[in-house]
Amino acid sequence: MLTYIDKIRQIAEGFLKEGTVDMVIGFRRGTLPLMNEPCLIKRPEDVKKLVWDSNCGINLANYLTNRKEKIGIVAKGCDSRNIVNHIIENKIKREQLFIIGVPCKGMIDRHAIEALFPSEIEEVVEDESRIVVTGGGVEQIWSKAEVLQENCTICIHRNPVVYDELVADLVVEQKDVDRYEDIRRIEGISPEEKRDYFNDLLSSCIRCYACRNACPLCYCPTCFVDASRPQWVGKSQDPTDIETFHFLRAFHCAGRCTDCGACERACPMGIKVRVLTKKLEKDCLELFDWETGMDVEKRAPLRTYSPDDPDDMIR
Amino acid sequence: MKCVKIDKKLFAGGIERLQTSYRLFGPVKDNNFHDFQALHVGETPDPTMLNTRLSPKSIVYPQSELMFEYSLDDSKKDSHILKEIVADNSPRVVIGIRPCDAKAFLLVQHNFDTLEYKDPYWVRAYEATTFVGLACNTPCSTCFCTTAGSGPFHEAGSDVLLVDTGDYYVAKIITPKGENLFKLAGWEEEAGSDNAAGEIENLKQAAEARITTRVNTDKLREKRTTDLFDASFWEEFAFSCINCGTCTYVCPTCWCFDIQDEVSKTAGVRMRNWDSCMYPLFTYHGSGHNPRDNKTKRLRQRFMHKLKYYVDKYEKGIQCVGCGRCIRFCPVNIDIRKLCEAMNNFEPAQKSI
Amino acid sequence: MQNPYLPYPVRIDDIITETEDKNLKTFKLVFLNPADEENFSFQAGQFAELSIAGKGEIPIGIASSPTEKGFLAFTVNKVGLVTTHLHNMKVGDIMGVRGPFGNWYPWDLMENKNVVIIGGGFAFTTLRSSIVYMLDPANRSKFKDIHVIYGARTPGMLLYGDELSAWEKRDDINMHITVDATDDPDWKYNIGFVPTITDQKAPAGDENTYAIVCGPPIMIKFTQPVLDKLQYDHDHIIMSLEMRMKCGIGICGRCNIGKEYVCKDGPVFTLGQLNNMPKEY
Repeated sequence: MLTYIDKIRQIAEGFLKEGTVDMVIGFRRGTLPLMNEPCLIKRPEDVKKLVWDSNCGINLANYLTNRKEKIGIVAKGCDSRNIVNHIIENKIKREQLFIIGVPCKGMIDRHAIEALFPSEIEEVVEDESRIVVTGGGVEQIWSKAEVLQENCTICIHRNPVVYDELVADLVVEQKDVDRYEDIRRIEGISPEEKRDYFNDLLSSCIRCYACRNACPLCYCPTCFVDASRPQWVGKSQDPTDIETFHFLRAFHCAGRCTDCGACERACPMGIKVRVLTKKLEKDCLELFDWETGMDVEKRAPLRTYSPDDPDDMIR
Repeated sequence: MKCVKIDKKLFAGGIERLQTSYRLFGPVKDNNFHDFQALHVGETPDPTMLNTRLSPKSIVYPQSELMFEYSLDDSKKDSHILKEIVADNSPRVVIGIRPCDAKAFLLVQHNFDTLEYKDPYWVRAYEATTFVGLACNTPCSTCFCTTAGSGPFHEAGSDVLLVDTGDYYVAKIITPKGENLFKLAGWEEEAGSDNAAGEIENLKQAAEARITTRVNTDKLREKRTTDLFDASFWEEFAFSCINCGTCTYVCPTCWCFDIQDEVSKTAGVRMRNWDSCMYPLFTYHGSGHNPRDNKTKRLRQRFMHKLKYYVDKYEKGIQCVGCGRCIRFCPVNIDIRKLCEAMNNFEPAQKSI
Repeated sequence: MQNPYLPYPVRIDDIITETEDKNLKTFKLVFLNPADEENFSFQAGQFAELSIAGKGEIPIGIASSPTEKGFLAFTVNKVGLVTTHLHNMKVGDIMGVRGPFGNWYPWDLMENKNVVIIGGGFAFTTLRSSIVYMLDPANRSKFKDIHVIYGARTPGMLLYGDELSAWEKRDDINMHITVDATDDPDWKYNIGFVPTITDQKAPAGDENTYAIVCGPPIMIKFTQPVLDKLQYDHDHIIMSLEMRMKCGIGICGRCNIGKEYVCKDGPVFTLGQLNNMPKEY
């Protein structure tokens, strides 16, 4: 990790000193274990604040929307795919960006560790393969693979797909990953069971919209759930309104979601919201052979029209 | 002050007895987190919790609350005329509320229960509630209650304060409400007050010693509002903010709400829902103008409200009890302790005359 | 316990379309229960929440004067969900009113003083209330000279046209009506923006003169330097602010400017007060 950090700082410092960029977006050390905070560095002497470890799960593409400056940005695989999507959707220009690519080995699931650890976590130290968690006089060691975010364990694009500099050699991508085991299981249950499953899934939602706001895709000036004229969705804790929000948001992310996991990581209630976006991601793969954010030249399936579309409905 | 000793073996029995006189709420573990829930017969508050994920404010002030009902059916008498919905305000008790959260109700009371206006929904629910506090023997690393007007053994806001001494709870009876509740529960074994006081004091000191972080708030009052408002640090603090409502919704002292009408066919209700100053629409005018049109302004509002406006308006300290929830649950690690420090230490640049 | 969120039921007694673009209508409302009118005792400058079951509420300045009995009047601009619905309602329809809310123009301070009213566009509503209040025979002697500078984009956009004409004819009020522009050959009043007309017509500021300024932000922005030039003390410049509001009683938390809630501690502030508040409105 140290070499990653040194390299990130070195590249960022170079960019800032040369005036290649006006600012660098990366992570700085948080005030809590398992938390780093997205930050904006403008002066070369501040690059020492930049860090990298397995707690950089927030998707930094979220901080690029509609910015006008020249920006250096630290990007792991999923961030880079969201940057591609941002470029395709005209939220940022490729020419504005100097992408510091980080080959990623997965991010730690802080919710999971907090649940597994018997006491309050006071300190977390990680090396290449393990993390050591201490607190309340207890020490526990996990191999990183055991405590990664679920989306990271099934990730097949750990390396950045676009970058201007790399902080390390590319990592070996995971092969033969079954990405959709959970989705197939839900697809297979009866409608009644599905209803119960979704009711239960979303029952603890407090409508804080952390999932939406942590998502780089959710940049609409006014989200449909907030609009008042017309008002599409009620504002109360009525389960129907809550489900409407989550379902429609997932649909709005169809063909755009990279399964970066920022939504789930952000949720203070620990709701597995990725189940919804992942179903649509699976559909896009199966129906359109589409993976989001792999190529700045390719538009998402729901944004393309072809006269020889096989579907009558659209011709 | 009267101190009562409760053998933990007899605790469940007392809780059971209270079920006939009160609606009971207590911390219950659900999946990985504790939250306050209605306690069913046979259920007791889970003593292993550090604190609940959501504050217990919703027991008095639900996230969605019906205010009025009406009919839009013109053939009916009184159509379009609002009628008050009075909720179940039978006595309820919150058992195991942490001192910080109990104190929070007192801060919020300055908003809902004033000389000029009383919010009847909040006031009735609050008055119907008895708070049985549970002192914190093991505060969290994010707790800074001792410098935020509260403390792990703070009594303000509780009707009784329970202290876990191992095999026993020692209860300090603080108000007549608490005394009545203890009578109904059958917890009446007086603890030798000298002994009990000494034991409580030792635990209190140990708990306070575990609180290692603090906020300094001593200079907030003397700052000029406009100086703090125009301070240069807001942008940096706001950079990572995603403008979700997590901090405001987990906070025991955030009280803002929205009023909404909902209609199904001809039956309508007017209700209120928690709202958040983090949301762009919070201040969006019908004309399209928005005085807080970016996230820096919205973040500034939240912290200025808690740490300056409230301080100046009520002269009751900061609008924060140091529970640390916003720190723990913020998706991007915005930390009120850092903000408070920046505000308290802020010196405006010398203005040229 | 009294419920401050419960509207008094009222019936729409009359609807007057005020402006040529038909976006402003005045609604005369009559209380269904006469006792409610007693409870709704207000001062010029205050506002109320108009309530429409099924749609919601909207804070609107009271356009009628405390001296006008038997009804309340509100002039409403069609902008959002509630106001659009209100514009489609008819005489006889039932709705609700909550209030009165907020503070009012400082009538006690202004006794025995000159009062200069400066208004623009559709923000003239509580100013109308104030003028009618001051001109009431029981009150007129309490005030010295009254000046009114009121402007709109065109003659057809001026509110309360008949009353403006009537006030023009009186000798106990100095009217300075103006429009930004007009090709109406019969227009016999001023042409020019409110700040310009203020510069030309308003008396100089002194300890015996108060200015009440109410209008769109652009008008306020350019009127303020004029009043400075005329040497109005900032404590003698009275303004009424608009904010998004819900509860109207300083509880729901959304309309604050600094520590002040516009709905309860305002909407009326002196410029002197505003100078010490964050510029966030």
